[in-house]
Amino acid sequence: MSKFKKKSNASQEIPTSALPDIIFMLLFFFMVTTVLRETDIMVEQTIPKAEQLKKIERKSLVKYLYIGKPKQTEKFGGEAKIQANDVFIEPRDILLWVAREKDKLAEAERDKITIAMKVDSEAKMGIITDVQQQLRKANARKLMYNTLKLTKDN
Amino acid sequence: MARKKERAKAEVNTGSMADIAFLLLIFFLVTTTIASDKGLTLTLPPEPDDAEQVDVKIKDRNLFKVAINSADRLLVEGERLDDYTEIKDMLIEHILNPSNNPELSESPQDAIVSFKTDRGTSYEIYINVLDQLQGAYYQIYADRAGISVDEYRSLNLNNPKEQALYDKGKKDIPMAISIAEPTNIGG
Repeated sequence: MSKFKKKSNASQEIPTSALPDIIFMLLFFFMVTTVLRETDIMVEQTIPKAEQLKKIERKSLVKYLYIGKPKQTEKFGGEAKIQANDVFIEPRDILLWVAREKDKLAEAERDKITIAMKVDSEAKMGIITDVQQQLRKANARKLMYNTLKLTKDN
Repeated sequence: MARKKERAKAEVNTGSMADIAFLLLIFFLVTTTIASDKGLTLTLPPEPDDAEQVDVKIKDRNLFKVAINSADRLLVEGERLDDYTEIKDMLIEHILNPSNNPELSESPQDAIVSFKTDRGTSYEIYINVLDQLQGAYYQIYADRAGISVDEYRSLNLNNPKEQALYDKGKKDIPMAISIAEPTNIGG
């Protein structure tokens, strides 16, 4: 017989019994990190880029305002609008909105509320200023403009 | 002697377990949005009290004026500027004033940035310029603390050691960026 006959008869299959465990581990990772979005964003969101980013320390104190041109222009018009939670609001409604959001927080933390603004690049400063004036009135003065990280090569 | 009956093995078929897990995995992969909670932070000034409106006199040399009009054109210290990335170095020089230039600020404490926009200014250029202004301050802070800018920005203030570094950088130089109320007419 051939000289090169294989001597060992060890099984050449890769043991796959641990595969489900590995997949489960990945699965749990994604399950834990997933934040199911409660709100549908109804405005355009092309977030501008910046370099000097800071992270927010406590996410529970952050409330979001989305500003931009509505996605359904035939329904809501082409002017930039403010979206808070699920609805469009006018700048004058912000006072009430902030008060409601503050009520949801613990009493000692109400002053630490941070408003994160996700604003479309094409929005104009007029609406931003209106919002900021209202936030000053509502005494929610900590603000963050959400931006993406600017990388050197673009 | 009764011979043991050959029984069918009572095992659950686990071969498809991986497939099921894969399906779930893909579902979560698709729905996940890795939270992007990063951005430029800012504290708005308090609501002005009508009773005590004090006119604070600020010497013109201490002011670093940046204005953007509705066509997104920049005016920095009275001169037109096309490239906003130059603002950072200009501001650093203005604050520190190493050559004691009588046109620039008297001391780092006195330096104030006035940032004015128009209602028609686009948000993107506003963020770009604000990024430059804050970048200048962080650069100064980080140099004083002896760390890199990225490290300085990510200092955790709950840690006393890092807090000390943060204070060392920030001591005596407040980040004085005043965002003026914009003009109404597009000009």
